[in-house]
Amino acid sequence: MQFSAWEIIKQGLTGNKGWKPHWRDPEPKSAYDVIIIGGGGHGLATAFYLAKEHGITNVAVLEKGYIGGGNVGRNTTIVRANYGLPGNSEFYSHSLKLWEGMEQELNYNTMMSQRHVLNLCHSDGQRDAFTRRANTMLIQGDDAEVLSRRQVRDYAPFLNFDNERFPIRGGLLHRRGGTARHDAVAWGYARGADMRGVDIIQNCEVTGFRIEQGRIKGVETTRGFIGAGKVGMAVAGRTTQVGQMAGLRLPIESHVLQAFVTEGLKPIIPGVVTFGMGHFYLSQSDKGGLVFGGDLDFYNSYAARGNLPAVEHVMQAGMSMVPMIGKARVLRSWGGIMDMTMDGSPIIDRTPVEGLFLNGGWCYGGFKAVPGSGHVFAHLIATGNHHKASTKHLLNRFETGHVIDEETTGAQPNLH
Amino acid sequence: MRLQGFGQIDRSSPVRFEFDGRSYGGFAGDTLASALLANDIRLIGRSFKYHRPRGIVTAGSEEPNALMTIGQGAAANPNTRATTQELYDGLVARSQNAWPSLGLDVMEVNDLLAPFLGAGFYYKTFMWPKAIWEKLYEPVIRHAAGLGALSGQDDGQSYDTGFLHCDLLVIGSGPAGLMAALTGARAGKRVILAEEDFAFGGRLNAEAEEVAGQPGPAWVASVIAELAAAPNVRLMRRTTVTGAYDGGTFGALEQVAEHLPSLPQGAPRATFWRIAAGRTVLAGGAHERMIAFRDNDRPGVMQASAVRSYLHRYGVAPGRKVAVFTNNDDGWRTAADLIAAGVTVTAVIDPRAHTQHDLPCRMIHGGVVTRAHGRLGLDNITVRKPDGAEIKVDADCLAVSGGWNPSVHLTCHMNGRPDWSEDIAAFVPRPGAVPGLIAAGAANGMFSTHGALRSGAQAAAEALDIKPIKVPQAEDATFEITPFWHVEGPGRAFLDPQNDVSVKDVKAAHQENFRSVEHMKRYTTLGMATDQGKLSNVGALAIMARLTGRDIPEVGTTTFRPPYTPVPIAAFAGRAARDTFRPHRLTPSDALSRERGAEFIEAGLWHRAAWFPQPGEDWLAACNRETTMVRETVGVADVTTLGKIDIQGPDAAVFLDRVYTNMFSTLKVGRVRYGLMLREDGFVMDDGTCARLGDQHYVMTTTTAAAGQVMVHLQFCQQVLWPELDVRFISVTDQWAQFAVAGPKARDLIRDVVAEDVSDESFPYMGCGAVTVLGVPGRLFRISFSGEHAYEVAVPARYGDALARALTERAEALGGGLYGMEALNVLRIEKGYITHAEIDGRVTADDIGMGRMVSAKKDCVGKVMSERPGLHGPERCQLVGLRPLNPDAAALHAGAHLFALKAEITPDTDQGWLSSACYSPTFGHRIAYAFLKNGRARHGETVRVVDRTKGTETLCDVTAPMFYDQEGGKLRG
Amino acid sequence: MRLTCPLCGPRDVREFSYRGDAVLTDRPTTPEGFHDYVHIRENPAGPHDELWHHGAGCGGWLKVRRDTVTHEVLSVALAREARS
Repeated sequence: MQFSAWEIIKQGLTGNKGWKPHWRDPEPKSAYDVIIIGGGGHGLATAFYLAKEHGITNVAVLEKGYIGGGNVGRNTTIVRANYGLPGNSEFYSHSLKLWEGMEQELNYNTMMSQRHVLNLCHSDGQRDAFTRRANTMLIQGDDAEVLSRRQVRDYAPFLNFDNERFPIRGGLLHRRGGTARHDAVAWGYARGADMRGVDIIQNCEVTGFRIEQGRIKGVETTRGFIGAGKVGMAVAGRTTQVGQMAGLRLPIESHVLQAFVTEGLKPIIPGVVTFGMGHFYLSQSDKGGLVFGGDLDFYNSYAARGNLPAVEHVMQAGMSMVPMIGKARVLRSWGGIMDMTMDGSPIIDRTPVEGLFLNGGWCYGGFKAVPGSGHVFAHLIATGNHHKASTKHLLNRFETGHVIDEETTGAQPNLH
Repeated sequence: MRLQGFGQIDRSSPVRFEFDGRSYGGFAGDTLASALLANDIRLIGRSFKYHRPRGIVTAGSEEPNALMTIGQGAAANPNTRATTQELYDGLVARSQNAWPSLGLDVMEVNDLLAPFLGAGFYYKTFMWPKAIWEKLYEPVIRHAAGLGALSGQDDGQSYDTGFLHCDLLVIGSGPAGLMAALTGARAGKRVILAEEDFAFGGRLNAEAEEVAGQPGPAWVASVIAELAAAPNVRLMRRTTVTGAYDGGTFGALEQVAEHLPSLPQGAPRATFWRIAAGRTVLAGGAHERMIAFRDNDRPGVMQASAVRSYLHRYGVAPGRKVAVFTNNDDGWRTAADLIAAGVTVTAVIDPRAHTQHDLPCRMIHGGVVTRAHGRLGLDNITVRKPDGAEIKVDADCLAVSGGWNPSVHLTCHMNGRPDWSEDIAAFVPRPGAVPGLIAAGAANGMFSTHGALRSGAQAAAEALDIKPIKVPQAEDATFEITPFWHVEGPGRAFLDPQNDVSVKDVKAAHQENFRSVEHMKRYTTLGMATDQGKLSNVGALAIMARLTGRDIPEVGTTTFRPPYTPVPIAAFAGRAARDTFRPHRLTPSDALSRERGAEFIEAGLWHRAAWFPQPGEDWLAACNRETTMVRETVGVADVTTLGKIDIQGPDAAVFLDRVYTNMFSTLKVGRVRYGLMLREDGFVMDDGTCARLGDQHYVMTTTTAAAGQVMVHLQFCQQVLWPELDVRFISVTDQWAQFAVAGPKARDLIRDVVAEDVSDESFPYMGCGAVTVLGVPGRLFRISFSGEHAYEVAVPARYGDALARALTERAEALGGGLYGMEALNVLRIEKGYITHAEIDGRVTADDIGMGRMVSAKKDCVGKVMSERPGLHGPERCQLVGLRPLNPDAAALHAGAHLFALKAEITPDTDQGWLSSACYSPTFGHRIAYAFLKNGRARHGETVRVVDRTKGTETLCDVTAPMFYDQEGGKLRG
Repeated sequence: MRLTCPLCGPRDVREFSYRGDAVLTDRPTTPEGFHDYVHIRENPAGPHDELWHHGAGCGGWLKVRRDTVTHEVLSVALAREARS
């Protein structure tokens, strides 16, 4: 079924009886060409691109709970390509281009809204770092503008320009960045993959790998053994545990990142604003809630919930830079489990087990990566070669020293 | 309609308030909602999506409809629940989400379009043409969405945060909470009793019940009096416990001024408390749920319990002709109370075929309400009798009871899931879901008053391991319910009124395979409104359970997240807002610098003087003058912000050898050495000088930015890695004021303030020692960050201001003066010294040309990892200097990228970047530091400096990263 | 969350900062062990030995055993005394 305004009218006039499931709930087959572990954004996108770009449709996505229940459904929905280092820059650039065509490609309105991302800077050093990053972005072919204080004031007059603690000295404006409707991304890829023959199997937890002579043969699951010549892992938040079942030892810690949404308010925040010195970022959803977040809670956690110090820090930063949001009431807070790698950048690579591929370590940047990650991971699984947009996200880079450390904080995951 | 003889309002204190521009009267003790109902106002808002007319549904914080904007201007407070807003004289309330008026809202057209706007419709359209989403569709959607509006201004009001500690936290002050608090109090425990309402008592204020032979409110008053007299009890009204966190920590929002016409001088508007509780009793009561039937959202359809609240607590009858629709005994109680108060009850409709209730009004057993009528307010209802006949019943208010949901929310905040209780057809808290917390009373599914009293006392006794106290007499009826969720039929039966989610939407979610609870919630937005599903979740689960052929606990429950009720951002932040988000650290010369008109720059948390403009000077002119002043005479700069760590002990030298790349055990007493420190991953952490003041005594300096990090690192090394080393250290950054004195006349100045001999023999370059500075014991280091003959002189911080003034005065006499961070930066770039612009956490010692400083003779932190293959070789970017071919070139700024002369400009041909750049008054042109691929091998080559942010390209020669006095003669001279 | 510092008593988690897995106490003596030491983590879902720093208190480094699923603190000791 093709989604369109006409279809909505047609269905509306006939009692909305004809809408179909967005994806089937098939029983797992005994074997597939490719199994993707993890029905989140990355896994579903990988399955979609395997089918669409590589014609590999005998694919199963195994999800232990319900699809889209992990970080793709619990993030702050920001999409951007404003990274500064080789490896990340070309990857996120690639991903953003896929975002820009996503809705038409999926026939699903994921509400990708290029409502701009503005990063504020407060010191000369920070402005220099932004200039370096902006040049990387521009040389990459993406958009970037370094704004003066006056330009920031014209652009976002609602910010606190009287702040003497962190005076706004300028900003980095990325107009093609913005937000999207997170759940719809998972559902859209699920529907797109399903339409192309991919089996999406919910409530199917992988409990082990069958590996013979260093080669993957399939996976053990709560619904029995399922064979496959190739298996891709996309289980952000649980990468360590799933990897351990295949004998992988990974440079990853799991941390909790909290985020917040307020009650619905009439439009007041036009795009995404980030206050890096306070680890704060803010946008407003189409429903009117202010959506914002900050830094990690700092300790290893699989609890998907955090504590008050991180909550209060986020609110303090918000009240420092945008005090007019003070009366907005926080409606809900939540936490997601982040695969934090030792350099803050992801891993998309083969593993020592032949036929087993790893996609993980997205830290808190996984949402914007969804289409790019699925696309390059599908390429890697299908062809055995790294896509040109992702040649540096290698598992052994920590051993060789080719780390990609955007935050400059070194091998301490909670500081990235 | 106000009733005589009922309610706990203060009829001797009438107040006036305004709603949507009209003035009304109420009484002290009213909520805004009760006062509106007393004035027969039923239409109070519009729904989120269809803009349907809505009325007050509840009498508490779970209210989905009656959200209003209170106050005006910057103080306007949107989305305030009228049901919890206390009335005060002069209160101004406005309805939200309606235009041009509440009665005539043009967006109500959405309601007519409802067949096309069902659950998730927006995922299926607005995709073509692609460019129109941001320009048209989305702005229209955004404009229509949202509830109230922020003023857009900083209200300037302050909020506060604080810590509280107790043995027992009691959440809720109904019968269970009061007994729990009393139990703890009488045992001498430190008790906090938190009540979200402005009155203690919970439902005892809302029922016609007796406890211990007294009217409920009178018994409440006697208990509160006893608790208030106990020194170990803290009574907190208007305090909502909003979240349960680890280690017995709870968040609680205390409203301090929401009920006052204006903020008292100095008072916070609200205080957010973090309560560390030894044990907790959750006695937060329960929420009555609705029954879904067609148009059940018409203004006038209310919770049956809310009708009793308005009757007994506020003396208000929400209607003149009230009908009741109930599947349990609670609705019958409402009918009986109304009749006793003289209010007409037109019918009680109960889907159960038989009950033992018998009231002097029309009773329709086995019937259901199939529809509510009346667009802006309920006129009548259609009832289907057991024989299938449909009749109309007059009603301007319909009291509905679908049973009760214990307020399990807090018990879910730590990922706990509640258990389903068949007896009460509701979820109850799972014991142990929050460690140390026991649920009691209605919150634990105990709905009789005596049961609540008893369970509160027991819970506290169990929590504190003490004996329960005697429980007073009270009503102890059993609770009977036959689950009934939804009246099938055409039209829309609402489950989540605020978000306009109806039974149809849940069915659509099922049809389109959004069947897991979370999918249903996210697809339909059910439970995502401001009440977080308090009214709607269980009903929707019941519908989904029926559609999927499962029972409710199998379908599951959505996760309840903090906060329990919404909390203002400003309250969480407290006083750490605006300028006081983080501390301001001021240097010893701060006052002097301000007197001299300095401009300041932030360095970490410090405010440092950036330049000292003289009349007519801009920053560049001032910077050039100050730079030249240092090069030609003498300059004074405050360098107190550099981290200073005093290190002592027999193993101090060994310790430093392990944390620095180079040797410090070989440093002679009275000498200073530059040191480089790596992180264990092999990248540079920090640099600075370290002086040996004695055999077992060093003073390390760090950069301003890394002072804290280095101190923690040293503690880590000493305590975790090498506890066997006998070494101690302490940060003395704040204890010593320190000033750089630099320039050809530096010694002339120093000689004037230091008592001791400062000749090259006594204080050679890189010498140090204790001295007397203008009569004060101080320290002198002959070190330079400018390339000039220079010193750093330190005195105890309390003399800092005096020394700054003394040095400045003498410098000026010599033709010099103060210089700021800008000139300091130019001086160090000219000379080839690095800062964190260069050592940004991603560079190695080799990258900055200090590879040889990593001693081969010993291990140190980071040495092994710095030898990884990827950190060496021609692909690494190495520090170089850049000099523009055209000396007039103005476009040489940090952040530009480097390319070979003929290369295309692509990411693959990118050769590096500029880390620091400045105009050098000494050389008369701009100079820069850059990291260039294989840069050390490329001195003399010409490269292109490309800055796409400014659209410039500049040709530069690659040089060694040192421009000024490469032989170092000036340092030593 | 609250931690009981062996020197200072029970304190709010705000006073502490977190470093990570207590494997960091066992600094290798040969180059081969460093990659694992610096990068590879067990990252268990359950009890975890980890290092905390009481920066707003005594400045002590603590070895804490804490459950990463429930956040329950199982034990706290001074790192200098708890080295394996």
